[in-house]
Amino acid sequence: MPRIFAYVVHNSGVPDDTAAEMPAAARRIDPGQSPVAIVTGWGAELDQVCESLRATYGEIWKIAREPLAHPNAELVRQALVRVVPAGSIVLVPHAHFGTDLSPGLAIKLDAAYVPDVVDMEGVEGRWLKAVRQEFGGLIWARVRCDISTGAVLNIRPGAFRAADGAAANGRVVDRSADVGTLESRRRYLETIAAESGDIDITREPVLVSVGRGIGEQENIAVAEDLAEAMGAAVSCSRPVVDAKWMDKSRQVGSSGKTVRPKVYIACGISGSFQHLAGLKGNPFLVAINKNLKAPIFRVADVGIVDDILEFLPAMAERVREETAVGGKTRRKS
Amino acid sequence: MDILVCAKRVPDTAENEIEIKADGADIERDDLVYSVNEADNYAVEAALQIAACTGGKVTVVTVGGEEDEEILRREMAMGANGGVLLTDDAFRDSDGRGIAAVLKAFVETGHYDLILTGVQADDGCAQVGGMLAAMLDYPFASLVTSIEVVEGGKLKIAREVEGGNKEIHAIDLPCVLSIQTGINEPRYVGMRGIRQVASIPIPRLGAPDLACALAMTGKGNAKVQRSRYFTPPAGKAAEILEGSRDEVIEKLIDLLKAKGGLN
Repeated sequence: MPRIFAYVVHNSGVPDDTAAEMPAAARRIDPGQSPVAIVTGWGAELDQVCESLRATYGEIWKIAREPLAHPNAELVRQALVRVVPAGSIVLVPHAHFGTDLSPGLAIKLDAAYVPDVVDMEGVEGRWLKAVRQEFGGLIWARVRCDISTGAVLNIRPGAFRAADGAAANGRVVDRSADVGTLESRRRYLETIAAESGDIDITREPVLVSVGRGIGEQENIAVAEDLAEAMGAAVSCSRPVVDAKWMDKSRQVGSSGKTVRPKVYIACGISGSFQHLAGLKGNPFLVAINKNLKAPIFRVADVGIVDDILEFLPAMAERVREETAVGGKTRRKS
Repeated sequence: MDILVCAKRVPDTAENEIEIKADGADIERDDLVYSVNEADNYAVEAALQIAACTGGKVTVVTVGGEEDEEILRREMAMGANGGVLLTDDAFRDSDGRGIAAVLKAFVETGHYDLILTGVQADDGCAQVGGMLAAMLDYPFASLVTSIEVVEGGKLKIAREVEGGNKEIHAIDLPCVLSIQTGINEPRYVGMRGIRQVASIPIPRLGAPDLACALAMTGKGNAKVQRSRYFTPPAGKAAEILEGSRDEVIEKLIDLLKAKGGLN
């Protein structure tokens, strides 16, 4: 069985949540193996990350080099290619950095690449069995991956449950000297923080959120009307921002805001994992969608199969009646 | 600046119900409506805008069969100067690495300053651009949300990262960028536009022209193979509210009151 490594992403001296999930993913490949963490960066923050990883990993390879102080997957790839033994399996979180790093890393390691792995089912001979999703989560697929020359596996954040075991009390191995000169024709310049919008959806207790199913920009008014009736705010998923129908500051998801409402009403949102990654704090999740097969219905508390353009106005009208009479009477139908 | 855009024809999920065949080997492809992968339209639009400033040609390429010509024409109707179809039985059932190898072989037959792909396609892999860059030893950046041409054969690009933040990088040409949706507003293509490019010949290249790719193409060389599609295991599923619309609304209002969504 090849050796398994886990590339740990970190921010401000703190490992990403996926650092604790990758050992669980590794056990789905080889129950007997505990992966070696690899962490790259520079300075005191990197040492903090290594220290906190000692609880979860038996061995941590630290690569501390000044060019690695800022995010640049091209340089990280060079470093990894020089220390990862041929034929290894490398786990990487499937997020913004992982999509930048892993396809090229697999080529340079002459390894197989499986992106966005949601489950694994062990190894048979040279074939690792993995589970992926296609068509935005509508369809699932079993894939097999030839690991005879190694593999890079991008692991979906949140798909593998972090195990709470005994503290590993791992040792930190400094591999900084083994990566040689790091040079890239791509240079990090700066990070620009997201602009804040007219309202801060991260502070709203109730969100009426619209997705691609809203169809046209002018239809957003029906969601705004319901939100107004409920005293809620309107948020959205990526396609609505891509179409320039709403401001980026209203986007919920891994590339937008992370929200923690009490109640989230997803209207015409299919429920891609990138969208759901922005929804934290276990809100009461209501999904309204025409397609019963939409992945959102797998995670919602309550589902309504209906046309949002008809349902939302009817709902807004009823909410207004309800609030106008203090909720004491019911409409007779 | 001469720009190559790699595009893919995919089932249009807005127009189809995607169903799995009984044996799980594939999805039901009869009567599927196909279109250009959405992100690839943004890549073509980005290429057209750059070429409009710098001069140079935009070429769109795809790996596939005869039926994939339609997306090349669609992108030519948007304004791309030409399309090329890379087609051969030897390329069939390639994995992402095999497709990247075919594209690499094609890139080496010409000269391109910049290569763009869409961020990802129907399979959600987001892999071919990064693989192609590594094979060519070109620099690569993914999830690109803006491109600015600066002096001396360089670009200044923004990458989308966590929380809606943007990472700014300088990147040397030639390079490969994967383009995120929303980077621009792809121009509309009407039937008239498609008709205007209908008779332009689309060159086809196959295994004899791209021989160096053959060690990585086809099912036999695929390191990653789909075994079967399946219906996901039952997870937590939503309680579906049944009844007339009015009844559903009454139920929902009661639930929202209980959960703090309505006061």
